[in-house]
Amino acid sequence: MTSTLDENNKEKMRSVSVDLNNDASLLIDIPDALCERDKVKFTVHTKTTLSSFQKPEFSVPRQHEDFIWLHDTLVETEDYAGLIIPPAPPKPDFESPREKMHKLGEGEATMTKEEYTKMKQELEAEYLAVFKKTVQVHEIFLQRLSSHPILSKDRNFQIFLEYDQDLSVRRKNAKEMFGGFFKNMVKSADEVLISGVKEVDDFFEQEKTFLLDYYSKIKDSTAKAEKMTRSHKNIADDYIHISATLNSISADDSTANKKHLEKLSDLFEKLRKVEGRVASDQELKLTELLRYYMRDIQAAKDLLYRRARALADYENSNKALDKARLKSKDIPQAEEHQQQCLQKFDKLSESGKKELTGFKGRRVVAFRKNLIEMAELEIKHAKNNVTLLQGCIDLLKSN
Amino acid sequence: MFPQHRNVVVAQTQTFCVISLESNPQTSSEPASLPAEDISTNSNGPKQDSLFDDDPEDLFAEATEEVSLDSPERDVLLSDGPSPAITPITPPTSVITPCIGHAHDDMFTHSSFDEIEEEEGGDSFDMHISVSDPEKVGDGMNAYMAYKVTTKTSMSLFKRNEFSVKRRFSDFLGLHSKLASKYLHIGYIVPPAPEKSIVGMTKVKVGKEDQSSNEFVEKRRSALERYLMRTVKHPVLLKDPDVLQFLESSDLPRAVSTQALSSAGLLRMVNKAADAVNKMTIKMNESDAWFEEKQQHFENLDVQLRKLHASVESLVCHRKELSVNTAQFAKSAAMLGNSEDHTALSRALSQLAEVEEKIDQLHQDQANADFYLFSELLGDYVRLITAVKGVFDHRMKTWQKWQDSQMLLQKKREAEAKLQFTNKPDKLQQAKDEIKELEGKVQQGERDFEQISKTIRKEVSRFEKERVKDFKTIIIKYLESLVQTQQQLIKYWEAFLPEAKAIS
Repeated sequence: MTSTLDENNKEKMRSVSVDLNNDASLLIDIPDALCERDKVKFTVHTKTTLSSFQKPEFSVPRQHEDFIWLHDTLVETEDYAGLIIPPAPPKPDFESPREKMHKLGEGEATMTKEEYTKMKQELEAEYLAVFKKTVQVHEIFLQRLSSHPILSKDRNFQIFLEYDQDLSVRRKNAKEMFGGFFKNMVKSADEVLISGVKEVDDFFEQEKTFLLDYYSKIKDSTAKAEKMTRSHKNIADDYIHISATLNSISADDSTANKKHLEKLSDLFEKLRKVEGRVASDQELKLTELLRYYMRDIQAAKDLLYRRARALADYENSNKALDKARLKSKDIPQAEEHQQQCLQKFDKLSESGKKELTGFKGRRVVAFRKNLIEMAELEIKHAKNNVTLLQGCIDLLKSN
Repeated sequence: MFPQHRNVVVAQTQTFCVISLESNPQTSSEPASLPAEDISTNSNGPKQDSLFDDDPEDLFAEATEEVSLDSPERDVLLSDGPSPAITPITPPTSVITPCIGHAHDDMFTHSSFDEIEEEEGGDSFDMHISVSDPEKVGDGMNAYMAYKVTTKTSMSLFKRNEFSVKRRFSDFLGLHSKLASKYLHIGYIVPPAPEKSIVGMTKVKVGKEDQSSNEFVEKRRSALERYLMRTVKHPVLLKDPDVLQFLESSDLPRAVSTQALSSAGLLRMVNKAADAVNKMTIKMNESDAWFEEKQQHFENLDVQLRKLHASVESLVCHRKELSVNTAQFAKSAAMLGNSEDHTALSRALSQLAEVEEKIDQLHQDQANADFYLFSELLGDYVRLITAVKGVFDHRMKTWQKWQDSQMLLQKKREAEAKLQFTNKPDKLQQAKDEIKELEGKVQQGERDFEQISKTIRKEVSRFEKERVKDFKTIIIKYLESLVQTQQQLIKYWEAFLPEAKAIS
């Protein structure tokens, strides 16, 4: 299935991170995507005034794995150690709607035709929502890169945008993937390391404490928000069944009740649509927001780990220098090594501070925007519900 | 095994008299003797003896255990009543005579049913019953819940405008059991009593003061209230002495036979099974399209209501889940707010947590409304429709009895014809007598069939009217509960909005 998203929709969905894609020198978007079974093919469209690119406007097809390659490449680049690398977009996950579609197929016999059609519609909408979400997440990843003064100039990023052949040749082969896995293991060892390393800078000490704590809390909130959304969806499904059965009863009825039942059936059909929208809005504004920043905070934590490693390296280099002076051997190398470590550490600290401060600002703005929008939408939907319900009550009372 | 045997045999008026005798304490010692006395005044032949052999034991046995009325109180109360047929509560002999004498005033003959409706018009239904104050009495496995039943009314049927009594669950079951045995087989739709729950009650007995046993008691209390209101809304049932006694008498004998594992309980189960088998074998020639159409209608309604009930139960479940999940999210958001180091955002997150906590309570309340208004309404009607279907079945059985009598008569006539050619004057006379008796039985069978058919038509019409009214009233209430929830949601989110905007 293809999907062309209009500007309005995109604007709504882009709200997890604000102020992106405003710089006309490099504008990126994903205007459409194709879903084939498990694989999603994104069309990455670039418009640029920069001379570093061959053409002013071009599009390339990319798969999810290509995005992951780009992300990992950036993470592994030493020069970017002091930057928060935007989190990689999660893999497109159609498991949930697919499973539900399967269950629906099995239960088809127990439902009326209208009921089945409505449930199917509901599932197709869910499928579409997952699809839109994944496109959004991939798009934001690219836009974060293009908005970053340093990362936007990355060579691999340019290749990603421009290279019109299949990128798979440049993607990780098995060995490299294993290397990546190993790196993750080392990272968790780093987490232990961090608690042992003495922090010299108050700012980073605070940030470390804050981010570690905040990460676990936001992870929990994301999971709980997801459960809430699922309950709303379940209720919407119940309304479908109730509406359908009321319809069947009214078909059989020949008393004055018939009209009442038809109205009621109609009401529940409308209510379920509102409930569905409440669920999806809550998901976009709350769950997705929390999920995105959870990943972003992980990226910020990664920055802290890298800096901590640099600090450890610097301290080790100090010890090595002392040893060298004691032994009176290889002192210049040790001195140079120590200088390099210090430079690297200072660079990381300086850039890190900037990044983390910017990150906090970004986070606060995004939360504000989404919380306001969510509250406004909840009010809108509740008012809609009241109108629907009151209308039905008045109709019933007047008869 | 089939109580209605008795009715078929005995004259219509007598049916009622025999019924009222059930509630007579003085008959308790000699139940079996009553039929004998009935027979003596009955024009039907001696054949009746055999028919009474099994059944009376069953029915009267039940009555014996259940009832021992406070006679004087009864008389005082009933003398105010409109129908003279209720009055015979005193010794058996005096019961029968006035009963027969008042044959035409008997509220169960067609003419008086109309009278009752007229009376209804005069003394319009103004009655409200509430079941409240559940109280645990006793300890351990012998413990039970006592409920206060308060009646508020301005109807002349009652001496006082407001009165209350204490009743336990088995009392309600006992009441239903009596009403069912009196009225179901002649075509009245007797509202079913709330269901027993061994698991639920055991928890309460054991003394668990937790939420689930509180919920169970509340569910039961509400169901008992609805049951009583439905029962008294029925114009005929309202005036039944057992109903009146239930509502007014401070002392009510224990309805022991309602216990699931009692001998009467087992008997009921056996009866039910036998009924089911019989139903399958009766093939009735339905000459009346109305009945066929209505039966089909109730079959369909039954299926649909069960389906709807299941969907609403699912809704209740999911709404409760939403409440729980919202509460969990609220806690999580509060923690997140505490962890947040940006002051304004931290405050906004804490406010969000508070809003969500209020909302979770809102969902909980809505789930209760979903259940007590919508779900229980459907559950009640699923059970009521079973009672309606039962009444149709009784009509079939009545028809079958009639047919059986006819076939037997036919056989006897053939036998008599054969006897004509033999020289056995005694046997011939006997045959002639038997035929005369059977002819009476056949006539009675036809009358019974016509009567039950007529009653059912009236009952179904009343039932359908009541159903439409009931549904409309409760659905409106339910929708209003939904409106309230949504309006509260608006309030909560509107209060939160400035907090979100205040983030800077």
